[in-house]
Amino acid sequence: MAEGIKDKIAIIGMGCTRFGERWDMGGEDLIVEAFDEALKDSGIEKKDLQATWLGSCMDDNNAGKSALPLNQTLKLPFIPGTRVENFCATGTEALRGAAYAVASGAYDICLALGVEKLKDTGYGGLPDMASQMGTKNRFLMPNVTAPGCFGMMATAYFEKYGLDPKEGKEILAMISAKSHKNGVKNPKAHLRREATVEQIMKAPMIAWPLGLYDCCGVSDGAAAAIVCRADMAKNFRPDPVYIKSLQIGISSGEELMYNEWDGTYVKTGSITAAKAYEEAGIKNPREEIGMMEVHDCFSITELVTYEDLQISERGKAGNDVRDGFYELDGKIPCQPDGGLKCFGHPIGASGLRMIYEMYKQLQGNAGDRQIKNPKYGLTHNMGGFPIMNVVSISIVGL
Amino acid sequence: MVGIVSYGAYIPRYRIDRKVIYKAIGWMNPATYMPGEKAVCNFDEDSVTMAVAAGIDCLGDIDRSTIDAAYVASTTFPYLERQNAQIIASAFNLRSDIRTADFTDTLKAGTTAVLSAVDAVKAGGVNNVVVCASDCRTGKAGSAQEEIFGDGAASVLIGDNGVVAKCLGSHSVSYDFIDHWRTNEDTYDRQWEDRFIRDVGYKNFIMEAITGVANKCGVDIKDIAKVAYPCLYGGDDKSIAKKLGLDPSQLQAPLLSTVGYAGTGDSIMLLVAALEDAKPGDKILVASFGTGSDALLFEVTDEIEKIKGKRRGIKKHLEVKKELDSYEKMISFRGMLPMEVGIRGEKMPFSALSELWRCRDQMLGLCGTKCKKCGTPQFPSQIVCVNPECGASGEMESYRFSDKKGTLITYTGDNLAFCPNPPAMYGVVNFEGGGRFWFDISDADLDSTSVGMNVEMSFRKKYVDKAFGVHFYYWKAVPVIE
Repeated sequence: MAEGIKDKIAIIGMGCTRFGERWDMGGEDLIVEAFDEALKDSGIEKKDLQATWLGSCMDDNNAGKSALPLNQTLKLPFIPGTRVENFCATGTEALRGAAYAVASGAYDICLALGVEKLKDTGYGGLPDMASQMGTKNRFLMPNVTAPGCFGMMATAYFEKYGLDPKEGKEILAMISAKSHKNGVKNPKAHLRREATVEQIMKAPMIAWPLGLYDCCGVSDGAAAAIVCRADMAKNFRPDPVYIKSLQIGISSGEELMYNEWDGTYVKTGSITAAKAYEEAGIKNPREEIGMMEVHDCFSITELVTYEDLQISERGKAGNDVRDGFYELDGKIPCQPDGGLKCFGHPIGASGLRMIYEMYKQLQGNAGDRQIKNPKYGLTHNMGGFPIMNVVSISIVGL
Repeated sequence: MVGIVSYGAYIPRYRIDRKVIYKAIGWMNPATYMPGEKAVCNFDEDSVTMAVAAGIDCLGDIDRSTIDAAYVASTTFPYLERQNAQIIASAFNLRSDIRTADFTDTLKAGTTAVLSAVDAVKAGGVNNVVVCASDCRTGKAGSAQEEIFGDGAASVLIGDNGVVAKCLGSHSVSYDFIDHWRTNEDTYDRQWEDRFIRDVGYKNFIMEAITGVANKCGVDIKDIAKVAYPCLYGGDDKSIAKKLGLDPSQLQAPLLSTVGYAGTGDSIMLLVAALEDAKPGDKILVASFGTGSDALLFEVTDEIEKIKGKRRGIKKHLEVKKELDSYEKMISFRGMLPMEVGIRGEKMPFSALSELWRCRDQMLGLCGTKCKKCGTPQFPSQIVCVNPECGASGEMESYRFSDKKGTLITYTGDNLAFCPNPPAMYGVVNFEGGGRFWFDISDADLDSTSVGMNVEMSFRKKYVDKAFGVHFYYWKAVPVIE
């Protein structure tokens, strides 16, 4: 195996907008808000940037194709720019592009910025999913939405592990309640209100068996990271955060078309996690990972991800949930910033938002939700559907 | 010997008690009340999809490559141009070197299609013709037609090998009798006075055609086991029987109080119902009504025993039903009630028709591929084998999934996705014999759906883009009718 990029890249500056229904802000405005914070945080000047990576997912209601929206908005002087898109892994994909470019020696300092302006569709939820899959799939795919696709994972999971809907929904509700509790402590979060398990379980049904509170916020926002060669990072700040691992995995079609996968886990997630741990040199993730931001687009996704990441045993993540293992004061706090559930989910920004939280935590700047002496922080995105998807995993540390 | 080789039928799952209709809108025209129930298409069904369902029932496990022609009849096909017969033939995954024809414009089109199939086989040009007759007629809100019309379809396979009922002869009468009419600009039929339709047309033309075929074939009407013809008005079928001198037991029970008057499908459905109960040697006479009448006389052969009980036909479909307890739902399924669908529901996919052409076997025929190397069936069609242990490239042969049953490995009922009959249900299907894909689920209720449920594939309307004039058909999973 190739040696990977562990400790070759440092993050020296990060920014993240407030997420939410930013009716007064367009994609360009969000880009500026995230970039200004990152630039100020990094100690570099705008002219030091040598190349950019823009992550944005939905074409129809966003800043537009190519890297033009980024470089034009920031008036970057004719430097290279690349737009990337990889469903919900888009933000992490932008970081991956910037990190790999620096690791290759092509550039010293690069910008990764993810942005999504979702609240211009005129309706709730994400834009039409099937139309994101190409015209042929638009014909062949069922009439899906994201909650329905993940609802199917909950149905399969409940069935396999013999959970009646009430039992299953209760575990899922505890996951959401935890994130609501954390979200209250985060001034940039979209949803800042506690919700009880009972409230969550009683919420209106969105897609069986997932109710309203099993679904994350659909938000506008942007997040940015400035990365540089690890050996020059301390010129800019004393506490840079180093990338230990950046992995991405894409479904091969097996889940969708071959009869083996049972719908109760994300195959890409478990395979990609193993690669990420290997790159970072982590042998026992349950002991070594200090905190996580995982892709809780739906509560069931978070539950299954605990298992895909080899932290909870298959079928038993519910026990860890009940034991408070993933609470802010638990063994591995998960979603300390509220997660997609409460921080919100502007798709192109989400991966970078997660790293922003890990970065702040590692530097001891996470305010009310500060985790004690975290070592490694893990972020996880899953884009698409359980049946065919993109998963990205990053591990960062000091 | 030319005749019927196989038969099948389809009646949509939804039935509405006419009291429900009357209660909702009977105030408009209090004389419309009729007893019984009628069959109503689901929102994703129409005369094309019902014709396909009836045809699939009829074709059973018959090798579809032996079919040389597809004749389909309806007055409510969605397309005036783009042959509906070819959409249906594509759904059956028939060969491309076949004849296809639409029979339309009159309610006797169903029997005319059967007659034409008989003649085609007799002439020797073709060996097997699949005929489908299907109608999904809509009466104006508050009209008598709204209560009378029912939705349904039937299909017969006409051939000269393995005939279950040989065709002894036919007699047709044709008149420009304007009982009802509709131009290409009208949504609904217009009707002349009932008494005129009944006393001048209905009673006379059917009698004339029936007497004509009996005389031609030298058969005494009293020797016919079942005489079948549509019933437009409760009881009037009996007065024809009386005039013909038929014993009441000779009259095939009409569908008016169970399905409704099913248009072009009606006579063929009655023929199928008669065949279901027939024994070798029975003579069956079927007549239609519309712009005159066609009458056909059949004699059942010993072969009937081989097919009995292997078709759902009329009997099984009459049994399997779900009560539709809302008039508003019925008319919203018909597009008669402008519903708030939201911006999500208004968004229409762009229909790339050249892509539909390229992928017609997959989209209309639900054909995927099977790896010649490892034998793994896969949908949609793949070039590189999906089996991770195989991965062969370019080793695929066509493989039909539409006739394979499957089980649901998971499912959901989605209230966010736009669906005319929420929640939108969909799930992942594992096909028997291998292969998996995800599909919309229709004709199911969330509460009675479960992991492991047996499903089969049903040809349905996926969407209708009114602005672009495209009806897009595809396949959905439906619970297996046991």
